Amino acid sequence: MTSLIELKSVSVSYDAVKAVRGIDLSVKDGEIVALLGANGAGKSSTLNAIVGLAPVSAGKIIFDGTDITDFSPETLAPIGLTLSPEGRRVFATLSVEDNLMLGAYSVKDKAQVKAAYDRVYELFPILFERKQQYGGTLSGGQQQMLALGRALMCSPRLLLLDEPSLGLAPIIVEQIFELIAQLRQQGVTIILVEQNVSMALNIADRGYVMASGEIVAHGDAATLSNSTTLENAYLGAE
Amino acid sequence: MDFFLQQSANAVALGGIYALLALGLAVVFSIMGLINFAHGELMTISGYVLMYCGIAAVPFPLAVILAIGAAVLAAIAMERIAFRPVRGGSGATLLVTSFAIAMILQMLFQNLISARSQPVLLPAILSESVTIFGLIIGVNKIAAIVSTVVMLIFLDWFMTKQKTGIAMRAAAEDFSIARLMGIHANTVIAGAFALSGLLAGVAAVLWVSQRASVDPLMGFTPVLKAFIAAILGGLGSLKGAVAGGFLLAFIEVYLSAFLPHGMQEFREPIGLAIVVLVLLLRPNGLLPAKTLAAEKV
Repeated sequence: MTSLIELKSVSVSYDAVKAVRGIDLSVKDGEIVALLGANGAGKSSTLNAIVGLAPVSAGKIIFDGTDITDFSPETLAPIGLTLSPEGRRVFATLSVEDNLMLGAYSVKDKAQVKAAYDRVYELFPILFERKQQYGGTLSGGQQQMLALGRALMCSPRLLLLDEPSLGLAPIIVEQIFELIAQLRQQGVTIILVEQNVSMALNIADRGYVMASGEIVAHGDAATLSNSTTLENAYLGAE
Repeated sequence: MDFFLQQSANAVALGGIYALLALGLAVVFSIMGLINFAHGELMTISGYVLMYCGIAAVPFPLAVILAIGAAVLAAIAMERIAFRPVRGGSGATLLVTSFAIAMILQMLFQNLISARSQPVLLPAILSESVTIFGLIIGVNKIAAIVSTVVMLIFLDWFMTKQKTGIAMRAAAEDFSIARLMGIHANTVIAGAFALSGLLAGVAAVLWVSQRASVDPLMGFTPVLKAFIAAILGGLGSLKGAVAGGFLLAFIEVYLSAFLPHGMQEFREPIGLAIVVLVLLLRPNGLLPAKTLAAEKV
């Protein structure tokens, strides 16, 4: 099976700082791939580079056969690629409903938008109950659900999730992971950046481990859970 | 008491104009982080269109539409020609660019039209006045109040009910994430400028209908006042811009009405001192934008 997305020796630089150093990564249709590593390893920069929010200084990003390396962020949602960003970043001064509406901003077909609302409200009944409330008044877990729901509104084929469990209570984290499993059943391909390594590998098919902007290990989720590379990557051992 | 109410009506009329101008500044600032000092020149452009329409005997309602339309087009052109090339530049770059545009336009007005103030023909009804509840109010003042109310209702509807307006609010809060949703940066920014042009155009028609003349520097003073109003209300906050506009107008009008004759020459400094006092108590303005810290493009 061919890859849905492929990164070919991609580097990301912020002025003099190299955050990502020539990484190769590929994800097949229908897979969940975990991207792991300590803080500052370059995981978020990688996701941001894919959606055009971080500058790619070298390499190529191919999505579904198209070179999207130089695509601007606003052109990606229409082709089925979106990011649920780190720290949720819901629009605090907009209602839940308006947040979701903007998630489907690029969708022109009204019936499709309606179906997207139905799907999101079915996944997160709490968002339906609170649809008139401002995004900023929701609890952390609800905001995460809103961020996920907003990303789903454009019916993405590839969803990038940046730390969806960050700062949430364990019971909410479990709910979020259950939802990710549900999304897989609906055929959404996912790249998951997570601090919660065991839960991430539990749900993922494969994983990549990053350290200092490079990929130091990759393989099946099961293999990675049992290897010592992970610990090394987090603890900085050679 | 009548005198007080009379002055209050004047303050509401003036406050409406300040509010519209401050809103125009705030709409652009909230999205781009730019204080567009060339906003006043949009007003002046509208003023000249009114003047030429008067000379050409164009019916006044049509002249008003043309004048407002000219400000909208000029605002869009301003963004496209001058601000787009420096987008993403520092705040200082944007600010200096806006000063440059303002000066270039002022020079063009002076050299191509006239350095002197030109009369604008207005319908006679604007200079009449009517008696409402014992108050004598100029028709131009009533027009200002009504137009402001209509514009505020329109703006509220646009920003809360229209997809483009909601996208603009989202972009003001978090530009990168708004782009991720598929909202085009160019659309939102050009939209913000068009809206600011509309507000400047309406304000210009109201301003000119109080003074019946236009000169190359006409836009400078009201926009400076609007800038003060926007800061007073909370920079980047739309509700704040309205509140600041009205508060500033009330301060100015009451001072000029009630300050003893001997102190009238200190009217402006006293007014600004009150503004400073308000800002000392509320450093972020009356109704600060929640997203002041958000990253701007």
